[in-house]
Amino acid sequence: MNHPPVWTTPPPAGGTACDACPAGRSAALQRLGLRVGQADHVVALAGNPNTGKSTVFNALTGLRQHTGNWPGKTVTRAEGAFAYGGRRYKLVDLPGTYSLLSTSMDEQIARDFILFGRPDVTIIVADATRLERNLNLVLQVLEITDRAVVCVNLVDEARRHGWEVDDRQLARDLGVPVVLTSARYGRGLPELLQAVHEVATGQWQARPYRLAAEPPAVREPVRLLVQKLEAAFPGLPNARWVALRLLGGDPSIIEAVRRGDLGRPAAPDGTSQPSPASAHQQPLPAS
Amino acid sequence: MSQPDAAAAARDILATAQRLRAELQGDLHEQLVEALYADAARLAARAIKPMGGRARPTLDRAIDRVVTSRLWGFPLMFALFAVMFWITISGANVPSAWLSALLLDKVYPWLREGATALGLPVWLRGLTVDGMYLATAWVVSVMLPPMAIFFPLFTLLEDFGYLPRVAFNLDRLFQKAGAHGKQSMSLMMGFGCNAAGVVAARIIDSPRERLLAILTNNFALCNGRWPLQFLIATLFVGALVPTRLASLAAAGAVTGVAVLGVLLTFAVSWALSRTVLRGEASAFSLELPPYRPPRLLHTLYRSLLDRTIFVLWRAVVFALPAGALIWLSANVHWGGASLAEHLVHWLDPLGGWLGLNGVILLAYVVAIPANELVIPTVLMLTVLAGGTPEVGRGAGVLFELEDLGALKALLLQAGWTPLTALNLMLFSLLHNPCSTTLYTIYKETGSARWTIVAALLPLALGLVTCLLVTLLWRGLS
Repeated sequence: MNHPPVWTTPPPAGGTACDACPAGRSAALQRLGLRVGQADHVVALAGNPNTGKSTVFNALTGLRQHTGNWPGKTVTRAEGAFAYGGRRYKLVDLPGTYSLLSTSMDEQIARDFILFGRPDVTIIVADATRLERNLNLVLQVLEITDRAVVCVNLVDEARRHGWEVDDRQLARDLGVPVVLTSARYGRGLPELLQAVHEVATGQWQARPYRLAAEPPAVREPVRLLVQKLEAAFPGLPNARWVALRLLGGDPSIIEAVRRGDLGRPAAPDGTSQPSPASAHQQPLPAS
Repeated sequence: MSQPDAAAAARDILATAQRLRAELQGDLHEQLVEALYADAARLAARAIKPMGGRARPTLDRAIDRVVTSRLWGFPLMFALFAVMFWITISGANVPSAWLSALLLDKVYPWLREGATALGLPVWLRGLTVDGMYLATAWVVSVMLPPMAIFFPLFTLLEDFGYLPRVAFNLDRLFQKAGAHGKQSMSLMMGFGCNAAGVVAARIIDSPRERLLAILTNNFALCNGRWPLQFLIATLFVGALVPTRLASLAAAGAVTGVAVLGVLLTFAVSWALSRTVLRGEASAFSLELPPYRPPRLLHTLYRSLLDRTIFVLWRAVVFALPAGALIWLSANVHWGGASLAEHLVHWLDPLGGWLGLNGVILLAYVVAIPANELVIPTVLMLTVLAGGTPEVGRGAGVLFELEDLGALKALLLQAGWTPLTALNLMLFSLLHNPCSTTLYTIYKETGSARWTIVAALLPLALGLVTCLLVTLLWRGLS
């Protein structure tokens, strides 16, 4: 996989003050709707059901995916596009899931896209009022990819319930950018765009999160498998995660190893969909 | 790496993984999930800062206690839906009359005169103005007002967060029927569009339970069928009671049909899970999202565009060619009668048996691509081929139907009775899904056999139900 070089210098000189500040950049957001065309980056949108993923999707692309206050509304992938900071992004709205470990079709679609579609950035939308349960999914996604942005949505609701989320603490703990949003009212979206931009262009250097409470007995087997995986599939970005799934006997990962899909480089526009579960699904009419 | 090398390496990895898995103590999957939960809990505790307000609003809980209570849950649900139908029915009459006055009394004669002035041949004028335009005008004037009221109401309820509570109430019944509780979610989706409901069944893990949800989704009245329910209930059920109570009675009838659909979902799931799709129901947890105050204008805008205009557009797109087809069938004569008359007369005996008529049966054949087509087809065929001598006979043209009263007079003249209306409402609930839904079922199940079952099962149920109702009706009267 071609990571852009990690780049940690300050923003380029020569731009106006507006280019540097997040609020000014949001004015540069261009909602491209369905005009995906040649995208520079592919961004996946993951998250638990009913956390406002579709609202974020609509706000960024200008599309009007139906939103509704109940879990399980989006079961297909929807795609849209936006341009920001001089780059074109393709945004893929994945079905809302509580985990990536089970076998239902919506979880497979989400997992296969993050794993095989190799998005440049994965936005994980989390519900601020149910942070603990939402973090389960965040941690699972971070095991697959560290090119992620955590979007803690519904912070207005959390405030009404009497609590706040400490985004800095969470970002320090997770090692990826954390943005607080209230997507229904458009709050926090400029910051979200800026964070996505930074991760996509490699300005943010992620520190991969590792489970603290991992059972010690798996350490040696994982090391051995990672060694073999990296030899067989050079450049595999998440050998550790694949090793853990193999040890757990995950049938779809076993199948992917057998087919050799793991080593396949993603297409430049991220459209490669080797797994049948994620074969091109046209989103159905929302009504 | 060459192809055989890669395959050998993959085999080696899998063999190693299997060996290591066997050596590990206990269930690794479970241990990893536990580690995940522990980390999530720790991180969440570090990131959440109380602001010193109330810990949790109790309003949500208070509402939940009422709307999901064993005692009040179902009555409240029925009442809420009945009120929604009542607002729709009593609110739709006036704009419906305006629209038909405009489209049928003003624009239609104007178009006919225009076509004559332009010197269009009679057959072309008939095909375009009397066929395509008229069918479309019917669709718009009869379907637009109820949809413009009903869909925003439904969307408001959805955005508020009530639908998951309905699912919660239904969950217990689904479990008893041997189905998955999440089927209540795909059912809710089906009330919008059955094709979407079938896709929504993907949230169910077990193939057996997913199939149950797919096969029974058609029992949820979809967008395309609501307008027919509203129209027929208004015309016939409302007329059975004093005017004051007309809208209420009509709303009650629509509620009854919708509830019957839900009951049949349970009954059919139960029957299937005890015969061909035997198995245990699996447990799951259902999340009740917080109630959110709907954004009124946003909801109105969205539901009008996503649902009302979407459904209307689909109806118009199908009505244009159907209108042309119906006009042709009514004007191509053969053996002393038009093609439509032949077909209708041929279907009439079967229709009579079922307490329907040939026109309705033919309309359901025409409407296979979209349920939205039933209303315009029934109306056009009744006028053009239904043997109503005074109304537009000969030229195949429809005159002066400026309000619903005239519409009812037309149907009565064509021999409709309250039994016809009742059976039409039932048959609208119980017949094969539209071709879009069938195609979706085929794609989701990957099985032609189950697709055929999905088509024939509700159709058979519909025919049997209509037959039984007719026998009962005729026995009683």
